[in-house]
Amino acid sequence: MTTPLPPPKRKDPVKRTRQPTLPPANRSREAQGLTAMAAVGRFALQTCTACGAVQYPPRQICGQCLNDDLPWQDVSPHGLLLAETVLHHSNDLFFRDRLPWRLGVVSMNAGPSVVAHVAEDCRQGERVRLSLGLDRSGMAVMQARPETPSANEEDDGQLRETTFDPKDRRVLIVDGKTDLGLALAKAFGAAGAREIYLGHAEPWKRSPKLAAAEALPNVNLFPLDVTDTDSVQELASLLGGKTEILVNNSYYLRQGGAVDRFDLNTSRDEMDVHYHGLLRLAGTFGPAMRGRGADGAHGATAWVNVFSPYAWVNNPAFGTYSASQAAALSLAQCLRAEMTAGGVRVVNAFVGPLDDEWHQLVPPPKLEPDMVARRIVDALKDGREDVPIGAIAEEMAARLAENPKELEREIRL
Amino acid sequence: MADSQSKEASGGVLTGLMSGIVGGGIKVVDLTMTLQPDVPTIVMPPEFGQSWPFRMEEISKYDHRGPFCYWNNLSCGEHTGTHFDAPIHWVSGKDLPENATDTIPVEKFLAHACVVDCSDAAANDPDYLLTIENIEEWEAAHGKIPARSWLLMRTDWSRKADPVAYMNMADDGAHTPGPHEDLIPWLIEERDVIGFGCEAVGTDAGQAQHFNIPYPCHYHMHGNNRFGLPALTNLDALPPQGAILITPPLKIRQGSGSPTRVLALVEQ
Repeated sequence: MTTPLPPPKRKDPVKRTRQPTLPPANRSREAQGLTAMAAVGRFALQTCTACGAVQYPPRQICGQCLNDDLPWQDVSPHGLLLAETVLHHSNDLFFRDRLPWRLGVVSMNAGPSVVAHVAEDCRQGERVRLSLGLDRSGMAVMQARPETPSANEEDDGQLRETTFDPKDRRVLIVDGKTDLGLALAKAFGAAGAREIYLGHAEPWKRSPKLAAAEALPNVNLFPLDVTDTDSVQELASLLGGKTEILVNNSYYLRQGGAVDRFDLNTSRDEMDVHYHGLLRLAGTFGPAMRGRGADGAHGATAWVNVFSPYAWVNNPAFGTYSASQAAALSLAQCLRAEMTAGGVRVVNAFVGPLDDEWHQLVPPPKLEPDMVARRIVDALKDGREDVPIGAIAEEMAARLAENPKELEREIRL
Repeated sequence: MADSQSKEASGGVLTGLMSGIVGGGIKVVDLTMTLQPDVPTIVMPPEFGQSWPFRMEEISKYDHRGPFCYWNNLSCGEHTGTHFDAPIHWVSGKDLPENATDTIPVEKFLAHACVVDCSDAAANDPDYLLTIENIEEWEAAHGKIPARSWLLMRTDWSRKADPVAYMNMADDGAHTPGPHEDLIPWLIEERDVIGFGCEAVGTDAGQAQHFNIPYPCHYHMHGNNRFGLPALTNLDALPPQGAILITPPLKIRQGSGSPTRVLALVEQ
């Protein structure tokens, strides 16, 4: 059993907040393939198409037969912990702050032996389960966990450096007036979030969803309109230093394209909510969260953007909406790079059509907000950063990898 | 001769006006709400076009963006905060001459005001409608409405600082006071008013979409080249008769209205 993590105590105001540091981030171009696999939660290694040898570390040509065709394939994550050691000294600032640190060598069933971070419950000579995590620098690392998940495994201090568990953390959900906002409040509550802050704009427009969310335990409502710079600044001054997970679920969906519905007002509204809204949140909550990236075991950890998969490829039925999503996705890449300096991860969820009033005429499959919210929380617990949710998003991701042009031609309602 | 006499006469009037304003005999009352981001705009079904709320982005504030000055970029719909409704705003007024903010003769932006106090009735009933009978009672006490006057409906609604109470939305729409649908044609035909003003977010009652002619104040007033002046404040500071309103909207090309700094001149 992993030692359970005690709930956070109130902070000693005399103590200086620990400044964020980052683990070494230099990787070869080939090694970034591991990052790509970790980002979507896959456990995959390069596998030689000629001799079948599984490669580690990533490389340009096969270590056995010199073939240069080494596609990434899912492999068994199981292996044997051959050796372990505990690091008590390091000249690296990141590890100095976190000593002692367990490391080991795992002989994988798939073939290679790998150096891995070793969780508390793993013992030398025993079988382990490997996972690929993204460290605070956003780079892939191998982690050895017990063969069967142990109690409180998620509380392991080394694992927590690569995950964003909402347990005992304070979560801001930007839009509490949507179906998904309510579902997120429930899901984060179920995951043990300490406090849930729900933003809501235009209070004179009543919302049964907001009323339902307000009745949930540990939920508090705050005025927040992402189209209003003052409003975002004001809330950031109140909550910026407390928010450990921010979920930007801003949502403004209207049907129509550029020719079939030429309407600058609607497209500007979409940009104002999705793109400028993210920019306003980034500029106000970003600095506060980035400064608390190493603030103890419950510091600021993740920034979640809820996007549409049409951010990848424009769906002309939602043409200007898709464009605003693409703009926001691009900005999220900028935000991700900037937040990495504080060890805070930007997680992008790509959610297929929801079963809500704005998708009434969209044929199924449509997603239940509760399921989407649970998948977002699961992704945070697992430490993923790109999260397609639902059959449409997953299929689009696969088709994009295969042939983006085909998807561009075929995409429609 | 006649020219110099009339100049002298008007000079005398204006001099008197200014000495009244400076000396305190004439009070200038601000009837305008402050434009700020949480000022609610009228609620339309979400699938319709939406009026932009008031938004303000700082250009510079004596800083690296502009060391000498403080200034802002603004955006909002024409019908935001205290504003002037021009006849072109409504389909009934679309083809009238001189019906837009840039073409309305400027002297029409100065007019006498009649203020009907409905604050007690509105406090008891958010759906209160001002009727012809109410006006006749008011005239019996305060005199007939002069031609070319504003009819202002005082409800003290603007004192509701909370936008939720101010908009008073339920699942069947807004519940705010306004004019009865029979009153508006009567005000035009029988009293020749210049327009209708009130304290709620629009000149029509909250439930006016359900009247026989939806939004009758907009329909009839603008269809007869008259104006609207919603979201006023401080109407309690005006006498029932005698105040002069200054209501020039921004000179927007073919503008349907504009936020307006509405001032009243009141003799003390």
